[in-house]
Amino acid sequence: MSAVMQDARLAKFARRKRVNQIALVLSLAAMSFGLFWLAWILVETIRLGIGGLSMATLTQMTPAPNEAGGIANALYGSFLMVLLATFVGTPVGIMAGIYLAEYNTRGVLASVTRFVNDILLSAPSIVIGLFVYTVVVSQFKSYSGWAGVLALALIVIPVVIRTTENMLQLVPPGLREAAYALGAPKWKVITSITLRAARAGVTTGVLLAVARIAGETAPLLFTALNNQFWTSDLSQPMASLPVTIFKFALSPYENWQQLAWAGVFLITMAVLGLNILARVLTRSKN
Amino acid sequence: MDTITAQREQSKISVRNLDFYYGKFHALKGINLEIPEKKVTAFIGPSGCGKSTLLRIFNRMYELYPEQRAEGEIMFDGENLLTSKKDVALIRSKVGMVFQKPTPFPMSIYDNIAFGVKLFENLNASDMDERVEWALRKAALWTEVKDKLNQSGSSLSGGQQQRLCIARGIAIKPEVLLLDEPCSALDPISTAKVEELIAELKNEYTVVIVTHNMQQAARCSDYTAYMYLGDLVEFGATEDLFFKPKRKETEDYITGRFG
Repeated sequence: MSAVMQDARLAKFARRKRVNQIALVLSLAAMSFGLFWLAWILVETIRLGIGGLSMATLTQMTPAPNEAGGIANALYGSFLMVLLATFVGTPVGIMAGIYLAEYNTRGVLASVTRFVNDILLSAPSIVIGLFVYTVVVSQFKSYSGWAGVLALALIVIPVVIRTTENMLQLVPPGLREAAYALGAPKWKVITSITLRAARAGVTTGVLLAVARIAGETAPLLFTALNNQFWTSDLSQPMASLPVTIFKFALSPYENWQQLAWAGVFLITMAVLGLNILARVLTRSKN
Repeated sequence: MDTITAQREQSKISVRNLDFYYGKFHALKGINLEIPEKKVTAFIGPSGCGKSTLLRIFNRMYELYPEQRAEGEIMFDGENLLTSKKDVALIRSKVGMVFQKPTPFPMSIYDNIAFGVKLFENLNASDMDERVEWALRKAALWTEVKDKLNQSGSSLSGGQQQRLCIARGIAIKPEVLLLDEPCSALDPISTAKVEELIAELKNEYTVVIVTHNMQQAARCSDYTAYMYLGDLVEFGATEDLFFKPKRKETEDYITGRFG
């Protein structure tokens, strides 16, 4: 190799190395920027949240200003509404996802459904809250737990539709063909083979949807509203963790603020737990 | 009549003037072929010649894809498969298929076999145990898996998975078994096992195998069809086709002087 050529190659290689280093530094900077805020949020949540956390927080009702109390009714209300919304939204979402992935993949109805679903997926949750307010709350002239459940379910459905469709599409076509080749009818192939092969992914989608609605405030503000007392009656206004946090955090009373932080801590831990669970599920599948 | 049937094999599937289209693409052109009963028939030919396409018509697999269509006649059990009013599931229960890539279902080894059986028969637990064992023994897999029937089918090696798929196909007691390049994803030892199995199977089943491997066709088939660009070039007893081919194209292909 001639000396000139050798020099040209070295120069090119040195330049590439520099570009590589710059790209690395930029990526690291971007990553630390994101991590910095996330870590700060977590540290602050834990520092202020743990302070407000006690047995009373978990067992007593939301108090009047400057009185002792807890957030038990808000925790229970959130739990109940999230649970019911998941029970309502998951089957609808999974079945619609099956329709899109297995029955009508390229038809007009499927394209329209997909498009509308995408809009619903990115719709601001306050819009959904207002919608439910108009069609349910103002019709029945009462805030209620059911209205809250409906609003949350409307957020769950598009998330589950999307993940179910995507996960079913990842199932290799060969697996479906093999099941059809044995003479299995379509519903059997879907329920026993494809859905089963995609179950980890579909479950992950549901868990992420739960994590999402657990922290939603806007859809509950004008639907379930709030309640100072423990109630299982879904036709009554119902307390929830996010709305309680919203109300308490903005208040001037110190004990309310402290309870708000305790709520923030609990909600963060729950959402973190759900996300970790979702990751573990997908990993064990692979 | 007697002399004719004695000289000629009893045919299990008769293909007459078969044309096949992928949308506008004419993939099979006027195929005529008799698949003899309880023999192994191999389809060979270069990639894209239509051999897998032909195989997938025998169990109406192509119906899953709306843009594919077949015209002509495939006589099986005295009726034209292509226009049969029978439920396609019943046809597939008689014409089983094993694919190129092993496709264990996401369930236990036992359930992989039982899945197909349950579609057509109501067996009690002990009969089902017996059937599963029978199918696994037929597929020469029983001794390897008998102690782990509850483990997932995908925990097996590639060769074992493929034999599991064969066992799954046999378990519903079909009359014809279609094998679509069953060994192309397997190592030589597993391939040898599957080939032994094919030799065993032809005592009871009509076997049709698509293969890229000419030695394999020569080793395990009784009849061979050579296909090229959607045409059936030559069909005959495997020995004749390999040692004294009638057509120049066939000779060029099997001797590697293709083109």
